[in-house]
Amino acid sequence: MFFGYVVAIGGVFVAGLLLLVAYLDPPGFGALRGVALDLTSPISSSGRGAVRAVTGGGSAVADYFVAARRNAELRQQIRSMRQRMLQARAIELENQRLKMLLGLREELTDEVAVARIVSSSFDSSRRLATLSAGSSSGVRVGQPVRAPEGLVGRIIETGRWASRVLLVTDGASNVPVQLLRNGIPALATGRGDGTMDMKPLEVGKNPFRRGDIFITSGVGGIYSPGIPVAMVVNVNKDTTIARPIADPARVDRAIVQHVFQPAANQPLSAAEPPAPTVPAPSEALRNEQ
Amino acid sequence: MSRIALTSGDVRRKDLRRRYVPIGSVIAACLLNLAPIVVSTPVVPDFAFMVLLAWRLLRPEMWSATTAIPLGLFNDLLVGHPIGQSVALWTTAFLLMDVIDSRVVWRDYWMDWLFASFFILAYTYGDWVIGRWMGSSADFGVLWPLIGASVLVYPVIARIVLVLDRWRLTR
Repeated sequence: MFFGYVVAIGGVFVAGLLLLVAYLDPPGFGALRGVALDLTSPISSSGRGAVRAVTGGGSAVADYFVAARRNAELRQQIRSMRQRMLQARAIELENQRLKMLLGLREELTDEVAVARIVSSSFDSSRRLATLSAGSSSGVRVGQPVRAPEGLVGRIIETGRWASRVLLVTDGASNVPVQLLRNGIPALATGRGDGTMDMKPLEVGKNPFRRGDIFITSGVGGIYSPGIPVAMVVNVNKDTTIARPIADPARVDRAIVQHVFQPAANQPLSAAEPPAPTVPAPSEALRNEQ
Repeated sequence: MSRIALTSGDVRRKDLRRRYVPIGSVIAACLLNLAPIVVSTPVVPDFAFMVLLAWRLLRPEMWSATTAIPLGLFNDLLVGHPIGQSVALWTTAFLLMDVIDSRVVWRDYWMDWLFASFFILAYTYGDWVIGRWMGSSADFGVLWPLIGASVLVYPVIARIVLVLDRWRLTR
C-alpha cells in the first residue's frame, strides 16, 4: 500500500517533468504523438461523413423554419455584397497598379495538400482539430491551413497520415489581420470558445463596427495576405468579439498552404557580428585635416 | 441466462469480465474522444475522467492511485493533450480521493455528487492552467458551460457505471 503511494506520487512528479519538457520544447515528443495521431485519425475519419450528413440535415430543418427572416437578411446581404464587390474590384485594380509600380513579386503560395478536418478537441480549454493529411503529403509544422471560405488555423503536430491543427479560435493563436474596409491593422487572438478577440494595434477609440470583416495582412510572414479571417459580432468599449468566417465544423475541404515567407518559420538565429569598421581613406583624410 | 457457471470456460470468461470491465470502460470512454465531432465551443464533458471518477467513487477498494498513470498516458496520447497532463491530474485526483476516503465517515448519493462536482471543477481548472502554461490565453470563463454540463451529466454516467458494475458481478 505504501509502495503504491510512492509510485503514484512519483508518477505525478514524472508527469510534471514531462509537462515541463512539453513547455520548454513543444515538438519534444513529436514522433510519439505523431504515431498516436496516425493510429487514431482513421477512426474519426470514417465516422465523419455520417455526422456531417446528420448535422447538415438538422440545419436544413432549421433553415425551413426561419426562411422568411433568412430571406430578408440575405437580400440585405446581397445588396451590401454588391457594393463591396465593386469596392473590391476597384481595390484590385489599384493594387495591380501599385504592384506594377513597386515591381513587387509575391512568393509562390500554392497548396501543399487538401484534406478533411476529421475531429476536434471538445472537452478542454484548447481548440485543436485533426486533419487527414500528414507528413507523407508534405505537411509540415507551422504551415497555415485555410478553407475556401477563410482561414482555419495552423499545423502544430504531424504524423505520417494525419496532423493536428491549432484553430484560430484557440487561445494560443495570434493572427495578424487588417480590416477589409480600410486596412486598419489588428491582432486576432482566439478566446477558446469559438470566438476571437480583435485588438487594434493603434491606441484610441475602438475603430471596429459590427459586421466588419477582417483578412490576413501577411505581417509576420506565416499567413499569406488576403485570406478572410473573421467577422465582428459584438463591439464593446474596449473589446471586439469576432466569429471566424470558416467554421471548422462545416468546412468541407481544408487546404494546407506553404508558409508565406519560409524564413518566418525558422528559429531565430543570432545576428551576424558587424564587420569591423575601418574608416574609409577619404574620411580618414578629412579627419586629419 | 443461467446464473451458474457451467464450464471452466464460463468461469474464465466471467473472471476476465470481473477484472477488466472497469479499465475497459475507462478506455472506451477515452476512445470517445475520437468521435468525429468538430465543435468550436467547449461544452461536451470529458467522458474518460467522468467514468473514471464514477468508478473510483463507487468502488474505492478496487483502484489504486497507480492505475491512473498508464490510463492517463493513454488519454494524453489519444486526445492530444501535452504528454503528462492527464497523468498528473488523474493521479492527483486519485490521491486526493484516498485522503477523502480516510477522513469522511459516511457517504451517500448526494455526497458523491458533491465530491464529483468538486473534482470536475478542479480537473477543469487544472486543464486550463496547463493550457495557459502551454501558451493559450483563453479566459477561464469560457469553461463554465463545460463545468455545468459535466456536473449535470455526472449522475447519468454514475448510473451507467452502476449498471456495468452489476453486469460485471453477475455470476
